Amino acid sequence: MVDSGANFGSDIAARTLPLAGFHGGSSAARLETAPPAERISLRARAEDVGALSGALGVALPVKPKTSSSANGRTALWLGPDEWLVIAEGNGGLMQAAKNSGVLHSAADVSHRNTAILVSGPGAAAAINAGCPQDLSLKAFPVGACSRTVFGKVEIVLLRTAEDAFRVEVWRSFSDYAFGLLCEGAQDASL
Amino acid sequence: MSASSNSGAFRIKGAGRLTPARTARFTFDGKSFTALEGDTVASALLAHGVHLLGRSFKYHRPRGILSAGPEEPNALIDVSRDAARRQPNVRATVQEVFDGAKIVSQNRWPSLKFDVGAINNLFSPFFAAGFYYKTFMWPREAWVKVYEPFIRRAAGLGVAPTEEDPDHYANRYAHCDVLIAGAGVAGLTAALSAAATGASVFLVDEQPEVGGALHYDAATMIDGQNGYDWAQASAAKLKAMPNVTVLTRTTVFGYYNHGFLGLVERVTDHVAKPDKSSPRERLWQVRAKKVVLATGSIERHMVFANNDRPGIMLASAARTFLNHHGVAVGRNVGVYTAHDSAYEAAFDLRRAGVSIAAIVDNRADPSEALLAEARALGISVLSGHSVTDTGGRLRISSMTVARNGGGNARRIAVDALIISAGWTPSVHLFSQSRGKLRFDDVNQRFLPDIYAQDCVSIGGCNGTDDLAELIDEAIAAGGGSVALSGENRFEWTGGMIGAAEGAGPDTTVKAFVDFQHDVTAKDIRLAVREGMHSIEHIKRFTTNGMASDQGKLSNMHGLAIAAEMLDRPIPKVGLTTFRAPYTPVTYGTLVGHSRGELFDPARKTPMHVLETAEGAEFEDVGNWKRAWYYPKRGEDMLAAVNRECRTVREVAGVFNGSTLGKIEVVGPDAAQFLNLLYTNAWDSLKPGKSRYGIMTREDGFVYDDGVVGRLAEDRFHVTTTTGGAPRVLHHMEDYLQTEFPHLRVWLTSTTEQWAVIAVQGPKAREIIQPFVEGVDLSNEAFPHMSVSECSVMGVPARLFRVSFTGELGFELNVPADYGPAVWKAIWERAESMGACLYGTETMHVLRAEKGYIIVGQDTDGTVTPDDAGLGWAVSSKKLDFVGIRGLKRPDLVRENRKQLVGLLTKDPALVLEEGGQIVADPNQAKPMTMLGHVTSAYWSENCGRSIALALVAGGRSRIGETLYVPLKDRTIEVEVTDMVFFDKQGGRIHG
Amino acid sequence: MLLIHCPYCEEDRSELEFRWAGEAHIARPENISAISDEEFAEFFFLRNNEKGLTYERWRHIHGCGRFFNAARDTVSDRFLMTYKAGMPKQPVPETGASEKTVETYEATEGDAR
Ligand SMILES: [Zn+2]
Repeated sequence: MVDSGANFGSDIAARTLPLAGFHGGSSAARLETAPPAERISLRARAEDVGALSGALGVALPVKPKTSSSANGRTALWLGPDEWLVIAEGNGGLMQAAKNSGVLHSAADVSHRNTAILVSGPGAAAAINAGCPQDLSLKAFPVGACSRTVFGKVEIVLLRTAEDAFRVEVWRSFSDYAFGLLCEGAQDASL
Repeated sequence: MSASSNSGAFRIKGAGRLTPARTARFTFDGKSFTALEGDTVASALLAHGVHLLGRSFKYHRPRGILSAGPEEPNALIDVSRDAARRQPNVRATVQEVFDGAKIVSQNRWPSLKFDVGAINNLFSPFFAAGFYYKTFMWPREAWVKVYEPFIRRAAGLGVAPTEEDPDHYANRYAHCDVLIAGAGVAGLTAALSAAATGASVFLVDEQPEVGGALHYDAATMIDGQNGYDWAQASAAKLKAMPNVTVLTRTTVFGYYNHGFLGLVERVTDHVAKPDKSSPRERLWQVRAKKVVLATGSIERHMVFANNDRPGIMLASAARTFLNHHGVAVGRNVGVYTAHDSAYEAAFDLRRAGVSIAAIVDNRADPSEALLAEARALGISVLSGHSVTDTGGRLRISSMTVARNGGGNARRIAVDALIISAGWTPSVHLFSQSRGKLRFDDVNQRFLPDIYAQDCVSIGGCNGTDDLAELIDEAIAAGGGSVALSGENRFEWTGGMIGAAEGAGPDTTVKAFVDFQHDVTAKDIRLAVREGMHSIEHIKRFTTNGMASDQGKLSNMHGLAIAAEMLDRPIPKVGLTTFRAPYTPVTYGTLVGHSRGELFDPARKTPMHVLETAEGAEFEDVGNWKRAWYYPKRGEDMLAAVNRECRTVREVAGVFNGSTLGKIEVVGPDAAQFLNLLYTNAWDSLKPGKSRYGIMTREDGFVYDDGVVGRLAEDRFHVTTTTGGAPRVLHHMEDYLQTEFPHLRVWLTSTTEQWAVIAVQGPKAREIIQPFVEGVDLSNEAFPHMSVSECSVMGVPARLFRVSFTGELGFELNVPADYGPAVWKAIWERAESMGACLYGTETMHVLRAEKGYIIVGQDTDGTVTPDDAGLGWAVSSKKLDFVGIRGLKRPDLVRENRKQLVGLLTKDPALVLEEGGQIVADPNQAKPMTMLGHVTSAYWSENCGRSIALALVAGGRSRIGETLYVPLKDRTIEVEVTDMVFFDKQGGRIHG
Repeated sequence: MLLIHCPYCEEDRSELEFRWAGEAHIARPENISAISDEEFAEFFFLRNNEKGLTYERWRHIHGCGRFFNAARDTVSDRFLMTYKAGMPKQPVPETGASEKTVETYEATEGDAR
């Protein structure tokens, strides 16, 4: 019999990551689940980009398909007034955006998304099993990012190195994305 | 001529490019054969003197091998590795032999040599073109019972496998600057040229090796070396370049819009023991900036009487079998041609030791160079002659030759007859790309004319016959420069389309135009006589060109015969449009990765594992897996739902509401935006409060609903239906971006950010109390429809006081990763207090007891808020909202609209069927006047009887009336009531 | 499969990332609640569905998320141009070669009757 009382409230809830325990990949394309990160979906008008960049400590890119990183934070251009800002660990992004003092919308999506890291010489080929974008270095250089499709789900793709990508995906689509990446990674190794 | 080892008596030592020591065993109709690595099933069987491979589609005539490539209409076989890995309708001329292959002939019963269906041949006068259409139309019942089963048994290709395909298939998207289809001389040259510019190049060829026509053409020299060797060396060079991808065994099967091409790569079909990790086939979806079509041309057959006997084949095919596979197609071969190319086949065979019975050339004056070479080789040439018939049963044994224009016919014994009516440029991909063709009158062929895409045709498919010209054209197409020279021995001329001598309109002979569908010259003439004047109609009437080979050999002949009958020039009769795929593509390839778990994403909530552990049964809602009910040991669904329904109202229940759509609406104009998107007014909603909102489309019909909470002046937490979340966001974005772009507000989908744990029932407050920090949960401080940000078990949360059950209720929103921990803690406490877990079925019953609607179940896209009894949610003060004008349309304000009401069956034990139609008088004549239908019907444990909701014409004015639901076997009497069945005063929700 | 130029992403992307969103340049009347039934029908129900040059809306739903306008030839499926939402109807640029499609009834049927 459980007693009532304040002790419940003091039990800090534990986190369960959506892709906990997932393993896969091939020699050509390694797959790892990214550690938890803080993320906000940030929306603002062009005239407020400067102030927000300053407050966040990372320049919000204004060129399509580009990202920028600084101070453990990465800002991805998703649309003309939309950025996905990702911070390692618990980065206080909501508060930082608020501190800008300018008009914006920030929504915490840390738990909406999860990420899969794809790396190796076959990383692009593995992703191209389901992604229709041109992932050559010319068309999708290091730092390039885009919301796009992967098989039957939507992802945000960020190239972190010549042979490494971060695949951001909504949590309930993440096992599908991981499964398709496994098959893509397998095929990329042939 | 000497046979080499046991790989076939017709294998010629020193001929061909295969290695005699590398053998593979396979069976054909149970008999074992030895082949060489690199053989196709066709070449391997021919090496053993086997020409009979199948029976034809309609007449069941014996058929052999006509070609050496993908254009093959006849030699369709069934290939298997094991019971599940079996594929019918494979072209024997394409399938490479692998050790252990099991090959079976098709469309014959009981055996290939004695086939009962061949009786169709005797009755062939009845099987003329259009026969099925005309004969089997009447009586109608007979079609299903007699004709169709008969036709399906007698006519048809192979038999589809019944077991699940154990192989897997891969998909790859790719991009390139230049895609080159075809790796013959033209394609390879273009690739070398393009690659030199640094462009990214895809070079694709359907054969196992590059080379194209060089497979059979052993005489052409390129850059001073044998053409085929040059091709292999060039491919090796290209493969080594980082900007080039060379794909062999890969067919460009479709050329679609905007430089998009579909390729199928056959990865393991030629391998004896495929690596299990390898896909069987890989679909390449390529976007090319530029396409170079170097698809060559296809040799045509001659159309003459009985031109379909096994042993009759295209001259170039015989040359391929000889020069590539080292196989002679006979020992005493006849030649019948209207084109120079067959001469070179005859010369090659003769030099390999095969006797040539005669070259029968229907042209009066073949070129002197060819005649001289024939003389030198001791081959007799009968120019101005034709083959007017052939003899033999399961294999050709003779040809009947006569001088054109009359004269004595004589029979010449042959064991094979090679034929050529000239070459048809392969313009299939060009045509698929929507390019427009022109007719080349001189050479009687269609050639690319107007291009619809960034594409260029080179070589044979462009009608470029001269080798030097072809090389120049290819270099230019590649955009770079290559130094290359080539020479071939003979310039080719000649060719004919249509029926040859002796198969003209005054004859009744079977001169086949389309082998696979058994269409003869006579059938095409009949079609014209029957009134078909367009090639599209003739094609459908005769089925010419509609078989799996899509008329690669037959289209031009059919067109010429029709044109002759119509006395019209060929381009006026028209060529049918080529459609993808160029050759058949397996379903597996098109499906790719989308099978099993990857067929469709199965969306699971953060608590899915815990629900499963509690024994939940799940139902699919959109892509979501939602807990449906939680049966305890021995409970069926009804028992479980009854227990859950009772427990929620008596104690409390815990429900997973995570799939509910959530949209964060943020910005100073957020309330104004919601004013425009919902029928309700939102300015008056204070932060910390929530409201049930109705969204209509511009036409005034209910589109979605949900509770909207105001967290701050400029921040709303909007909820939508589970299934409606994506389209509601799309709809909102549409208005925001295109109609109200001046509003300073932004939308973010937060459906998956939050795990939602609903606790409903009299003990709900007591259950959650200890976990919630920062909110006074008392009725006074936190009444129904309150919302607050707070902390739950140390994590930031959003708490709604809200109820979809009519009970005291809360919905805890916690960041999704914390969902399982919070759920577990709450459920532990709830369980100890006698509460239950409940699923979507109980949720449905409880809300119906309260008359709460479900959009999409109780509404169907023709229901207004007022129809649904929600007129109160439509603000009368607002000057504008989406739907404001639609709601005023005459039909939406008229009397007697269908309105949502309650129904109570007179017999309380009877549960109505959802969808059941409602009438006023069950004894009226049929068809009855329907008043509406049942939208929701359940057994209500809490009411101790069945309940239902229904859309009924003039429903609210009928409350108290008796109506009827006629079913197949009985009629159910019902009383119209209001929509609230439980706690009509509504006090419990404020508990 | 179409290749569509998104005026916001400034790049050609696969059709898979887009969703078609109906005819373009049909503005919602500002005084919508005051318009007649006929005007409402014209605005909401009736579409031209023209063969040939069509102005239509697309959304780069799996990309930047923006709605935009496109001028497309529905016969050839060629995009003549795309431009941002809110811009007035743009004149179609002159293209060099005039595209005559093959897939008309006249072309496929020859002059057969
Ligand atoms: Zn875009």
